[in-house]
Amino acid sequence: MKKIEAIIKPFKLEEVKDALADVGIEGMTVTEVKGFGRQKGHTEIYRGSEYTVDFLPKIKVEIVVADSVASTVLGAIVKAAKTGKIGDGKVFVSSIDDAIRIRTEEKGESAV
Amino acid sequence: MKTILKTSILIAAITGGFALAAMAQDTTPAAAVAEAVAEAAAEAPKYADMEAFQASPGFSLFTTNNLWMMLCASLVFLMHLGFASVESGLTRSKNTVNILFKNTLVPCIGILTYAIIGFNLMYPGGAFEGKWFGFGGFGISVTDDVASLTDAYASGYTYWTDFLFQSMFAATAATIVSGAVAERIKLSSFLVFATLFVTFSYPITGMWKWGGGWLNAMETPFYDFAGSTIVHSVGGWGALAGVIILGPRLGKYVGGKIRPILGHSMPLATIGVFLLWLGWFGFNGGSVLSADPAAVSLTLVTTCMAAAAGAVAAMMTAWTILKKPDLSMVLNGILAGLVGITAGADQMGPTSSVIIGLVSGVLVVLSVLFFDKIKIDDPVGAISVHLVCGIWGTLAVGIFGNLAGGKQLMSQIIGIVAVGVFTFVVAFILFFVVKLVMGLRVSAEEETEGLDIGEHGNHAYPDFQPLGEK
Repeated sequence: MKKIEAIIKPFKLEEVKDALADVGIEGMTVTEVKGFGRQKGHTEIYRGSEYTVDFLPKIKVEIVVADSVASTVLGAIVKAAKTGKIGDGKVFVSSIDDAIRIRTEEKGESAV
Repeated sequence: MKTILKTSILIAAITGGFALAAMAQDTTPAAAVAEAVAEAAAEAPKYADMEAFQASPGFSLFTTNNLWMMLCASLVFLMHLGFASVESGLTRSKNTVNILFKNTLVPCIGILTYAIIGFNLMYPGGAFEGKWFGFGGFGISVTDDVASLTDAYASGYTYWTDFLFQSMFAATAATIVSGAVAERIKLSSFLVFATLFVTFSYPITGMWKWGGGWLNAMETPFYDFAGSTIVHSVGGWGALAGVIILGPRLGKYVGGKIRPILGHSMPLATIGVFLLWLGWFGFNGGSVLSADPAAVSLTLVTTCMAAAAGAVAAMMTAWTILKKPDLSMVLNGILAGLVGITAGADQMGPTSSVIIGLVSGVLVVLSVLFFDKIKIDDPVGAISVHLVCGIWGTLAVGIFGNLAGGKQLMSQIIGIVAVGVFTFVVAFILFFVVKLVMGLRVSAEEETEGLDIGEHGNHAYPDFQPLGEK
């Protein structure tokens, strides 16, 4: 099994979710995060004083999938999340040792 | 326990000292009031009894006037909700419970102390006309219905209405301070200061003009229609004294730079300012002291025009200097216009009120920037709005409108300086003594963690806690 973590622009969440549904992914976990890569922050001003905001809001989508579908899922995410502009984000893939469905206590690929 | 003991001794000492001062007056206070009322009643009671008054031709008019005044008391009361909203909106969410607590307690303490001491300090009665200090006795009460509850008392309101309306004003002076000292003052210290400030300092200076004191008795009397000086600048001086002794918030002025500390809710701040504007309909409208259609309708117009002009001027100033239209500055601009017109709302026409508002709007933006430059940390702009524009509004009475003139301007300056010096010195001493006796500021750890946890053991937004925190 593979864990796929995608850090994407917040407004891309709906598109990515729909794209994942299209390739048969039935569940995911979503977190609101902040971060930056090569995309720098921007300057804001409050009551006359300027400050830089380095950490930009992003969304992290985490899914665990069977090895067989991993590359299809990756492709779907990248296609849906891309704008071509700086700050599009990154996807990380790692191996998962095990997975358990809490309700039925199924293990392994049948749990995802 | 130790703090409670120290605080009680402090309050007892000040009350004792003041009671001594009161007793040193020429006329004994309680006797003076009773005398005056008895005189007025004995000479020629306007009505034989309440029934006679109710049957008299003046009853309907009095009822109308009093009704308006009571409505105005409610509107000024509402301003405390406005203050609570503005102050919490412009500060961080980790301190919200603390801000709300202060804004809830201050009007409550204000009404109670005003009933016990403040009202009779501010309005000690005719025996103290032209003087610097007078006291009409402890507590509020009516002994002669006809003298206190009919138009024999005043054409526009009963004794009770008078007390209630004025008590709502009194608490706003201390509330102004709470915004400036927010996010780092100890709750207990602030409550002690606010209690003493509202109970003694505010009514004493207020008496100088509204209570028939020396400012009112000058050849060209000082003029402050609804309190640009007596309420707003008093609050502003208190705020300035507090901020100087308290020091800025941690991390505000670091490495030679001004680091902004963002307010957590612009919607709350906006709601607050509009509530304050609504309250001002009562603040200025009720200062006519009757429902007189000509005076009240003019006053409400000048009030609103100044507020609107203040907003526009603040927007233009911020947009020009800062390259962006800043919402919090515009909100301050509305309040600045309102404070600016408050001294002379009944003496101005529409054009003058717009000019006064425009100047206030420019002044407030420049003041906010200025105070940050000199490291006076005022999270909500209270000093810029209430002190700076309070002074401007008071001066404006000598420059625009019906009372414009050199002599009036001179009287305005005298009043501004006298009230300013007294209030600032008293507030400074109060803060200083409180700091010595019980400390003024929370610890650095508490300030970082947030006063809600440190002072109240509570969150303002418990549902929005990070995962895992109880």
